[in-house]
Amino acid sequence: MRTLRFLLEKEFRQIFRNPAILRLIFVMPAVQLILLPMAADYEVKNVEIAIVDQDHSPMSRELIAKIDGSQYFELTEYSDSYEKSLETVELDKADLVLQIPPNFEKNLIKENESTLFIAVNAINGVKANLGNAYLANLIRQYNMEVRLEWMQLPKFNPFPMIEITHSNWYNPFVSYPLFMVPGILTILLTMVGGFLAALNIVREKEIGTIEQLNVTPIKKYHLILGKMIPFWLLGFVVLTIGFLISYLIYGIVPVGSLVTIYVFAALYLFGILGFGLFISTLVETQQQAMLFGFFFMLIFILMSGLYTPIESMPDWARLIAELNPVTYFVEVMRMVVLKGSTLHDITRHLVITGVFAIFLNGIAIWNYRKRG
Amino acid sequence: MATQYSVSAQNLVKRYQQEEKGKPPVLALDNLSFAIEKGEIFGFLGPDGAGKTSLFRILTTLLLPDEGTAQVEGLDIVNDFAKIRESIGYMPGKFALYQDLTVGENLNLFASIFKTSVEKNYDLIKDIYEQIAPFKKRRAGKLSGGMKQKLGLSCALIHRPKLLVLDEPTTGVDAVSRKEFWEMLKKLRESGLTILVSTPYMDEAAQCDRVALMQEGKILSMDTPDGVVQQFSKPIWAIKTANMFEALKDLRSYPFTHSCFAFGESHHLVLKNEKTDAKAIHAYLLSKEHEGLSVERIKPGIEDTFMDLMLHES
Repeated sequence: MRTLRFLLEKEFRQIFRNPAILRLIFVMPAVQLILLPMAADYEVKNVEIAIVDQDHSPMSRELIAKIDGSQYFELTEYSDSYEKSLETVELDKADLVLQIPPNFEKNLIKENESTLFIAVNAINGVKANLGNAYLANLIRQYNMEVRLEWMQLPKFNPFPMIEITHSNWYNPFVSYPLFMVPGILTILLTMVGGFLAALNIVREKEIGTIEQLNVTPIKKYHLILGKMIPFWLLGFVVLTIGFLISYLIYGIVPVGSLVTIYVFAALYLFGILGFGLFISTLVETQQQAMLFGFFFMLIFILMSGLYTPIESMPDWARLIAELNPVTYFVEVMRMVVLKGSTLHDITRHLVITGVFAIFLNGIAIWNYRKRG
Repeated sequence: MATQYSVSAQNLVKRYQQEEKGKPPVLALDNLSFAIEKGEIFGFLGPDGAGKTSLFRILTTLLLPDEGTAQVEGLDIVNDFAKIRESIGYMPGKFALYQDLTVGENLNLFASIFKTSVEKNYDLIKDIYEQIAPFKKRRAGKLSGGMKQKLGLSCALIHRPKLLVLDEPTTGVDAVSRKEFWEMLKKLRESGLTILVSTPYMDEAAQCDRVALMQEGKILSMDTPDGVVQQFSKPIWAIKTANMFEALKDLRSYPFTHSCFAFGESHHLVLKNEKTDAKAIHAYLLSKEHEGLSVERIKPGIEDTFMDLMLHES
């Protein structure tokens, strides 16, 4: 026990003397949490639209005013020639062209129907799809308004109509940061646990101090615990800082209990530290450890459901995602922060992460060739 | 009784697999047997790659031998490694202490790992530590080479080991510090400590009680420094000429030459027997048009012995 205490003391001294680690621990969460959710937003806003109005009627103006008033569209061109508008698309000044043909109003009033034409710049697929959908939605709404205004409501609906309304549960305003911030926190923890611990151990290998420790009667588990405990605790520090930042900047307060998250994080960190330990047994230099770590981090991040839903992955990719410990942490974070899940709800995640922890630490220790 | 020895080894073999496939493994230790008595300074001399470090790593339980056994202080290096680690101090060739911890912190750390304290064993390291004590608060990484070495030695001694293993402690150290270092070792020996030291410098052999000359994993000779030199029985001459390069070639082709090597500013010429005298050498060199001749009979040194032994091996 005494030996362990001295090893921990030594480890903390070294950590606090290393300005790079300190900066990493405090600055990294701040930058990542502030930058990423704000910049990388899935919601498409400011779709640029060019409108060709060949009707010049009160109704066409009404429709245009409605589109222009929407927060999703920005009217960049208003002309009466389709060719001219198409040119703006070619110059990448507009994403959409809406053509209101001549006699739009007249046809609508006389024949009860009329046509509109939408042309979409599909170079950016996401923008094209969403812009088209938004615009179609706006026109449908306008159509309804017109019908309500003109028609006398019949005694009963001639055709049965299903009107769909929806409400977003757990994230009522579909706020992107609320969805992303908990996920990014998991990445931060993975970096501290997996990366920093591995680098630290490999550094001792590189300098040769591990050899000097090996000729002492130090026990193997003392050495491993001496490395794991400091980074385990650092993980909690980073998690706490992360929650503080997300509260201060985004006002995110977990719906569920922080205790649930910390219990899960404790188990998760234990597992990811085993992973770091495993990497450190595979390599000889910090450089190799960095490359290894980078390789795994990329897979961990992209295959964890953090940015793209796992459900939309092909079967083989889903299998990889299921073998990725980060996946479960991302899920748990979102479940607890957004939905308020309890320990009972995340039993499955706890069990799987426990298995990961035992497995990763198992192979790490098995591969760690210090005798005794 | 095996316990009268500090270290004894029987038929140690260590092989290293080559990186390239198909190549036979390198034999780092080739059937090595020796015994080192308690309280002596024992030197392993040999060029780089002779197997000195591999041997030390096996004796300090950092490496397992492929064949053979060895005992340190009567304990088996494989089965009793935990106990051995408590009673040896090891200083590797490369400075391997925590550079970001201070001198005092390094010393305290190693003392506490061995479940002892600096105060308890201060008498043993006093002479060495006093020299670095003024820099107690300085980080180890900021020390000079000589200071680092003293700190390393202090850390290796802090638990009062019975055996001190020093891997090339004087490599890359200036002449004054080297002399100082050997003085320290001699003082330490007085406390009954056995010291194992390796060095590539032949001139340091005289500082040891006994030496073993190593080459390619084998011990060529093992004796007191004088004893090793006495094995050398052939006549040896030191020769200087104006053109040393040509002289070496000419001397090697001299029919009575056994061997000839460049030794600093003169060539050491080993002859086959005593029949050839200075006059004959003189005459031979003159016939080869050498000028500024100096031919002198000398006593063989340990380096001459080593060269001779190496020649016999190959």
